[in-house]
Amino acid sequence: MAPQPPLLTMSGITKSFPGVRALDGVDLEVQAGEVHCLLGQNGAGKSTLIKVLAGAHQPDSGEITWRGEPVTLRSPIAAMRLGIATIYQELDLIEGLSVAENVFLGHEPTSAGFVVRGSVARAATAQLLRRLGHSEIDPARLVGDLSAAQQQIVSMARALSHDVRLIVMDEPSAALDPEEVDNLFRIVGDLTADGVAVIYISHRLEEIRRIGRRVTVLKEGRSVAGGLPAESTPTEEVVALMTGRNVEYVFPERPEAGFAAGSEPVLKVEGLTRRGEFAPVDLELRPGEIVGLAGLVGSGRSEILETIYGARKPDGGRVLVDGAPLRPGSVRAAVRAGIGLAPEERKAQGLLMLESVSSNVSVSTLSRFARAGWLDRRTERAAAHQAVRELSLRPDNPDAAIRTLSGGNQQKAVLARWLLRGCKVLLLDEPTRGVDIGARAELYAVIRRLADEGLAVLLVSSEVPEVLGLADRVLVLREGSVVHTADARELDEHRVLDLVMEGSPTP
Amino acid sequence: MTQPATAAQKETPTSAAKSARGQEISRRLGLRWDVRSLSLLGVLVVLVAVGGITAPDEFLATSNLQLVLTQASVIGVVTVGMTFVITGGGIDLSVGAIVALASVWATTVATQEFGFAGILFTAVIVGVGCGLVNGLLIAYGRLVPFIATLAMLASARGLALQITDGSTQIVAVDSVLDLGARDAYVLGVPPLVLIFAAVTVIGWLLLNRTTFGRRTVAVGGNAEAARLAGIDVRRQRLYLYLLSGLCCGIAAFMLIVLAGSGQNTNGNLYELDAIAAAIIGGTLLSGGRGTILGSVLGVLVFTTITNIFALNNLETAVQQIAKGAIIVAAVLVQRRSMPGDA
Ligand SMILES: Nc1ncnc2c1ncn2[C@@H]1O[C@H](COP(=O)(O)OP(=O)(O)OP(=O)(O)O)[C@@H](O)[C@H]1O
Ligand SMILES: [Mg+2]
Repeated sequence: MAPQPPLLTMSGITKSFPGVRALDGVDLEVQAGEVHCLLGQNGAGKSTLIKVLAGAHQPDSGEITWRGEPVTLRSPIAAMRLGIATIYQELDLIEGLSVAENVFLGHEPTSAGFVVRGSVARAATAQLLRRLGHSEIDPARLVGDLSAAQQQIVSMARALSHDVRLIVMDEPSAALDPEEVDNLFRIVGDLTADGVAVIYISHRLEEIRRIGRRVTVLKEGRSVAGGLPAESTPTEEVVALMTGRNVEYVFPERPEAGFAAGSEPVLKVEGLTRRGEFAPVDLELRPGEIVGLAGLVGSGRSEILETIYGARKPDGGRVLVDGAPLRPGSVRAAVRAGIGLAPEERKAQGLLMLESVSSNVSVSTLSRFARAGWLDRRTERAAAHQAVRELSLRPDNPDAAIRTLSGGNQQKAVLARWLLRGCKVLLLDEPTRGVDIGARAELYAVIRRLADEGLAVLLVSSEVPEVLGLADRVLVLREGSVVHTADARELDEHRVLDLVMEGSPTP
Repeated sequence: MTQPATAAQKETPTSAAKSARGQEISRRLGLRWDVRSLSLLGVLVVLVAVGGITAPDEFLATSNLQLVLTQASVIGVVTVGMTFVITGGGIDLSVGAIVALASVWATTVATQEFGFAGILFTAVIVGVGCGLVNGLLIAYGRLVPFIATLAMLASARGLALQITDGSTQIVAVDSVLDLGARDAYVLGVPPLVLIFAAVTVIGWLLLNRTTFGRRTVAVGGNAEAARLAGIDVRRQRLYLYLLSGLCCGIAAFMLIVLAGSGQNTNGNLYELDAIAAAIIGGTLLSGGRGTILGSVLGVLVFTTITNIFALNNLETAVQQIAKGAIIVAAVLVQRRSMPGDA
């Protein structure tokens, strides 16, 4: 086979932000029709690199060649004109606009140059959504009313609405459940069959093996390996390239079986229900126990957590902490009783985007650092620093603005907040979304250590291996009902997936 | 192929799909929050009833209704511009001051020599000019809108005072004055009301039917997302203040017609009235959602209240308390009809 000229080459790309050198000489080469994976730890510079490619950031130096021609990408428009479409890590949709308006934002079909032809846009959007296997999303609905997974689909439709040669996907699977991921891969397959190239970013190595052709690894702003074969490169080698050390991707050891069974439950949920979201749920959580909720996106997992936390008012049932019932629908009551929640959508629910890392971490513990209302900034900062260091958050600087952190590091900051708080019951919603392999192992170890110290943890995750590996007991949810409860050791991934989809165990 | 779709379908109960239809219909009308627009219409109906009962002869008289509409027209035009600015994530505190400056500049002896066209042209140009300064400072000078327009408020009022030296500038151009006279009414509708109607229709089309409107919503809703979608956010912001300035220029001309003079105290507190009308109409103060029809309803409600209080010889103090109560009530209704706000 004669070597084709690459579709895209980026060479020697550097980009600095005040105080951080995010990219320090990156080379990337992408062929038409391939799925090229970008790997790297949190903060390695993956998102920054693709923002340079999307014209959203201007590089400080380096060259970009597109189909043999050197190009300068001065603005997002310039990149789109070349046929580069990007699905960003943080969903970037406008909630007050409809699905169709979002899909065609910036390149609306018009007559006379400025009158939007709404029906044309809606029809085209419906067609794109059908192609994506989601004809149930109404193009006229407001994006703000859609679920996170559906919004992800809309982002995808937006990328496809351009005449593309290269689609960049920055952690597209993070918000999707396994079935949706299959659907995503089918679409990626269709695209590459048409000769479209895909740059795919994910922290899940198994995905990269499934669809990737070649891999480029970034470490601390540098490309440390380019064009590795995605299927045949051993995992240890990839991980070693990313982290510069050998990380074992294992779960911490569980304490002896039955250890927790003896003690009194700290959290008791009795017949808790919300119409249209989940059927009555019963649940007991003992100190030192980690209980996992497995289920598809939309099966009511997050809703259950939020109702226990008081952020949603239940239609029935009650929540007891140490035997005392909590006032329903009151976050204050829940927090006072010692319940903490690390929410799923960190940007909307979890983080003060304009504040520093340390004020984000200490915000729910402020009274501890205050004397007569005056904050002792020094101890506050030191405690926050300690908490983020345990999670190896980067940069290791509590004064950094949270909005400048990479996606995975923002997630760690949310968790650090609850570590610092030291609660009795911790509700974790997708704690490792977007967290890299190395930090994941550390995070698991921290969660287990906290449990060993007597914390009770309720864990929601779309990643079945994570639930099975970390939890002691697993509740399987389907369409808002608990369909199965079992010791995590008695389940395997297939069994859980079957339960999640069918509701009855396969014989 | 069908498999992946099922999972997400389950998340979307049919009732949601139905309400989406209703939502779409109301959105097409620009009434993004049907509940609230309806309640505002209800408030207006109640007010008319109150007016009819408390001052039966005066309130429903044709001349009074003409007066109410005319008064609503001037502030209404300003409010349409304000609605765009707020929807685009900004605020314009300088509207009243711009109206004042434009109205005195357009009525100086020198300008009046150029007649009707001179007055209209000057009013519009001064308005647009002030909007340009606001827009440049905010979009390219990166000043916070609150500060930039506050500075404009102070300096435009100061300049207006300097031009007039505190005196009232009487208009001696008959063609301008004729526009306010009863003979000029078209089928009983004053020309100023027609101008307001035209501005409303154009504003509605601009917001709901054009790329300009779409970009305004996008910039106000999520500026970073808008930038990544290839929208020139800064230029859009500049345009928004230009538009607001243009509306102020038109309103200044209308005031000149109405009062037959230009005064440096014109447009006093218009900024508050316009912001309040837009907000009770359903435009989100934080940007990203706006409705022209709602704003117009808001203006009508406020003007009607003022009129009823005047007819019943009530003090302005009581009137302002009533206005405040309405703003609070409207925002409370807004909260309740917000989707997904548990
Ligand atoms: N706007 C910004 N200002 C300052 N620093 C920034 C900015 N954007 C990114 N950075 C820094 O650049 C580095 C690279 O970040 P980037 O988002 O590219 O990481 P990433 O590889 O995408 O990580 P993740 O896997 O967590 O998404 C990080 O140290 C981050 O803090
Ligand atoms: Mg990233």
